[in-house]
Amino acid sequence: MYRRWLWPGFALPGILWLILLFVVPAYAVVAVGFGTVDPVLLQPVPLWNPADWNTGWLVEVLHRLQPGGTFFGVAVRTIVYVGVALVLSLLVGYPVAYYIARHAGRTKNLLLVLIILPLWISYLMRMLAWVNLLAIDGYVNRFLTYTHVLSEPRDWLGGQSSTVILALVYGYIPYLILPLYAALDRIDRSHLEAARDLGASPWATFRTVTLPLSKAGILGGAVLITLPMFGDYYTPNIVSGAPTTSMLGNQIDFYFHYGGQPTIGAAITVVLAIFLTVLMAYYMWTIHRAARDVPAV
Amino acid sequence: MSVAAERPAASISTGERVRGWLRNPWGRPRFLVLVTWTYVVWSIVPVLIAVQFSFNATRSRTVWQGFSGRWYWGDPVDSVWHDPTLRHAALQSLKLGGADVLVATPIGVLLAIGLARWRGWGSRPANFLMLFPLVTPEIVMGVSLLLVFTHVFTFIHTGTIAQILGHVTFSISYVVVIVRGRLFSIGRQYEEAAADLGASPTVALTRVLLPLLTPAIVASAAVVFAISLDDFVISQWLSSGGGTDTVPIVIYGATRAAPLPSTNAIATIMMVLTLLSLALAFLAWRAFTREERRASVATEFGGFTV
Repeated sequence: MYRRWLWPGFALPGILWLILLFVVPAYAVVAVGFGTVDPVLLQPVPLWNPADWNTGWLVEVLHRLQPGGTFFGVAVRTIVYVGVALVLSLLVGYPVAYYIARHAGRTKNLLLVLIILPLWISYLMRMLAWVNLLAIDGYVNRFLTYTHVLSEPRDWLGGQSSTVILALVYGYIPYLILPLYAALDRIDRSHLEAARDLGASPWATFRTVTLPLSKAGILGGAVLITLPMFGDYYTPNIVSGAPTTSMLGNQIDFYFHYGGQPTIGAAITVVLAIFLTVLMAYYMWTIHRAARDVPAV
Repeated sequence: MSVAAERPAASISTGERVRGWLRNPWGRPRFLVLVTWTYVVWSIVPVLIAVQFSFNATRSRTVWQGFSGRWYWGDPVDSVWHDPTLRHAALQSLKLGGADVLVATPIGVLLAIGLARWRGWGSRPANFLMLFPLVTPEIVMGVSLLLVFTHVFTFIHTGTIAQILGHVTFSISYVVVIVRGRLFSIGRQYEEAAADLGASPTVALTRVLLPLLTPAIVASAAVVFAISLDDFVISQWLSSGGGTDTVPIVIYGATRAAPLPSTNAIATIMMVLTLLSLALAFLAWRAFTREERRASVATEFGGFTV
């Protein structure tokens, strides 16, 4: 009896903690999103029993997410920002990870430390650094006007989409490079030698051996950075603050902190969480399929 | 193995050299060298410039006008030492970080041991549940914790206690991941040996397993401290304003108003604290595992000079 309950007993405090402070809160969002609003106090009234659920708020949010609705532009912008930031991160991150995994030689450990370092520097500190650099009289504008790339300083922090996308890339790319590096580093060099011995060109070797073998790393890293980017609201707020660059996360932030309508905020959160769960499920399915198709080497 | 390397170096033209390293997957790819080092510079230099401006002699964060420590302690009003907002924020961050380490580390270590050894009904869902906080966007966690404290656990108000509970919730999974990695590399043979020699499970645990886990416990404590200091979203959603604002919240507010170099100064202090705690944990890990590494080097790589 004692032995049987020993290990579950160890896990119990943690499991209880996660149920009380992760599962119950997640359900609270659903209950508020499907709840009603007190007509006098204007406070959200959560409905805990699914049989009582009021789908009005969710329908309204979904309605406003459709073309012509007030959230449509924000949703499209969020997807475009995240998509462009992801592609840019991959274009920069893949060569970096590839170089460190395959060619860095004696500098490998140093480079690994240098690419891990940004992960341990506070995100807000790194954004603050760019706010300093991108100010009207900051180093970026001074360099660009000195080299005559720009004739006069550009207002980088005044609501530019390009600034927000670059800030997202800067913020999240370290989380992409690490899984990419891990995947590329795991590839057995004998596979590459086999491809080369069988007459494949370097490009063909990369395309048919390296790239497919690093697919899990690409997907894993992509998921790792897209999930938080979809929920980001502080990056656009810090480097722009303008409504023209607002993302879905900003809407949630707005309805809770400024708009005073937590019910709509909760309904958007539910929609966002469902969307991200679908993304995650697609990723799990791809990994599962890849693991089934490719026999272990 | 390589084509280019077999030719005498002197007779290679530029075109041939380019083709040579294109053909040779182990040659030095200059394009990749350039991309990698540009990336490293781009990722780190802005932060170094921000650190530099925390020592600026004037109020500017964009024009360098000489070295001074005024934003750390010299300025009687706006320095980190004298500005009550900044001092409070630093204390609040340290308070949350310390409490997070004290609560999340033991819970996480127990959960990791339990999940690694428990083979029964419920272990799979528990493993699955543990992974969720790692992939949930912080804003979703922030919203859900705020709503749970305003509608379910109404006896806990937003503020320090709620912030600590929130930080522990996202920290536990990190501890589990680190400790479980170590548990897998240790294997079960030491515990089994202890059991064969007559140790009860409790004795095997406290006298055999826990000492072996010490490096992982130290490392996860440092990681928890670091992610707690760096956290912005959960702290903000569960803050009740004023005295419960942490350093990241103050930086966030400052970037949108008119920040002084003292913002850079407090950000620098927190960065140094984070990196210091991780460096100490890394050194501790190396010290703890030195003997093991020597042993494994001797057995596994005996033939090589390492």
